[in-house]
Amino acid sequence: MLQVVCIKQVADTETRVKVAADGRTLDPAGVTWILNPYDEFAVEAALRLKEGLATGEVVVVSLGAAGVQTTLRNALAMGADRALHLRNDTPSPDALAVARCLADAIRPLSPGLVWFGKSAVDDDGAQVGAMVAELLGLPCVTVVAKFEHRGATAIVEREIEGGREVIEVALPAVLTTDKGLNEPRYASLKGIMGAKKKSIEERAVELGAPNLEVVSMQLPAPRAAGRIIGEGAAAVPELVRVLREEAKVI
Amino acid sequence: MSILVFIEQRDGQLRPVSREAIGEAVRLAAALGGPVVGVCCAAADPGLAALGEAGADQVLFAQHEAFGTYDGAGYAAAVAEAVQRVAPSAVLFSASAMGKDLAPRVAARLGVGLASDCTMVVAEGDRLVATRPVFAGKAFQKVAFPLRPALLSLRPKVFAAAAVQVGRSALVEPIAFAWDASAPRAKVTGMTGAQGGRPDLTESEIVVSGGRGLKGPEHFALVEQLADALGATVGASRAVVDAGWRPHGEQVGQTGQVVSPKLYIAVGISGAIQHLAGMSSSRCIVAINKDPDAPIFKVADYGIVGDLFEILPALTAAVKQLH
Repeated sequence: MLQVVCIKQVADTETRVKVAADGRTLDPAGVTWILNPYDEFAVEAALRLKEGLATGEVVVVSLGAAGVQTTLRNALAMGADRALHLRNDTPSPDALAVARCLADAIRPLSPGLVWFGKSAVDDDGAQVGAMVAELLGLPCVTVVAKFEHRGATAIVEREIEGGREVIEVALPAVLTTDKGLNEPRYASLKGIMGAKKKSIEERAVELGAPNLEVVSMQLPAPRAAGRIIGEGAAAVPELVRVLREEAKVI
Repeated sequence: MSILVFIEQRDGQLRPVSREAIGEAVRLAAALGGPVVGVCCAAADPGLAALGEAGADQVLFAQHEAFGTYDGAGYAAAVAEAVQRVAPSAVLFSASAMGKDLAPRVAARLGVGLASDCTMVVAEGDRLVATRPVFAGKAFQKVAFPLRPALLSLRPKVFAAAAVQVGRSALVEPIAFAWDASAPRAKVTGMTGAQGGRPDLTESEIVVSGGRGLKGPEHFALVEQLADALGATVGASRAVVDAGWRPHGEQVGQTGQVVSPKLYIAVGISGAIQHLAGMSSSRCIVAINKDPDAPIFKVADYGIVGDLFEILPALTAAVKQLH
């Protein structure tokens, strides 16, 4: 089975966000770029399935500027077989435009499974996976926390309010992964060396007219300074009083 | 032009988040004009006429025997059909588990943009501008919609439901849609791991979160007791989730849930940047920590410095006395 894993390069979660001079995007100065944490679970899930089946191929796909090849190389070092870089130097927050490019690239590969992380920790959009499924006409389950392959179907669990839905999904399908699905591996030294010999195919793509426009990006107003009520259990009565009388939240 | 609202039901019960979405639709309709129309997918009518009290003028009912449980593809077909029928200026979803799954499918079907997890929506003339957190709340984007309809999902607990109009009822009309339930699909076969009665983290009014200061998973009982006394939900820091003390579903922060309750109590959490991002939009923040220099105190409205093993039982007892 050929599996596709769509991955995104994002700013490290340690990043202190600054707004760029355009007033709309992240200032990239000093930012460390990483593989989106939720995508690590997707890569790991695809590798485990391939290893379990002892056959197949894992293709990682990413859309972005030249720099995303570092992240594709990381996924190759984890064990993916080859990579496809959809090159676009002005990465867009427009999920539908991105989904269309990905769907066009994925369609001719006829994958048995397409994996995404449930969301990227930069735009927090949580849209592209489900959009690609819709564009490809494939069944889709988002926020998958458990996966079991059963031949022509898979049994998956998805986090919802107050519990998990158990879902039987027909393959081929699109799945987006949540933390807790697995424990992603670290690339071994052998994997890192081997990744240098694996191929990254680069293909230029156009994103088309925007479906969503970012007007501005701003930092939240800092919270007004709070106060220390006191020390130890002796401060509890005063805390309860202010929560009732000042904040009116209990 | 109308405002269309996706109405959620589960197990035949309307979900309260949909009243919040209707409330925002009422406000937008006042600015943009037109009626507030709901669309609900269900196996049987969950009492849609009563949504008139929440502000809906009309509700389209997409009935299918397979809609006893959520089906993303089927729901998307029905909602896209409702959009064709009423040609709304905007379609509102809740950014709940269901809404977050459904909205992008509908957007892809219609070929329009979607703003997810919005915390504010403003009509500027006939144009909508939505505010949404990015980087888990470290920044906010304002987005506009070049195409119609504008699709938005609204963060739970941010938008207020409209004042109840007692006795007002919405006009419920069936809507026909094309969907082949026998095609290959994702079919819900059951539920598992249901939590014991506490509200969901993202939809809770009060969250009590614990961190490494609790020194071990066995001491989370102290957090749970305070949460139960307050009718709150339990959250956790990434450190304790990664250590296996608590399930990932409870993690608050950039690789967990982003929450905006009216009261957030952080116990034994120092306040890593990823955690602060996930809870800083809470209305009132209380921090309990032994380290007076912990970053959590910089975002807290009220703090107590000291030993949480003394403070928590005292606080739980004091809260119980209130009721």
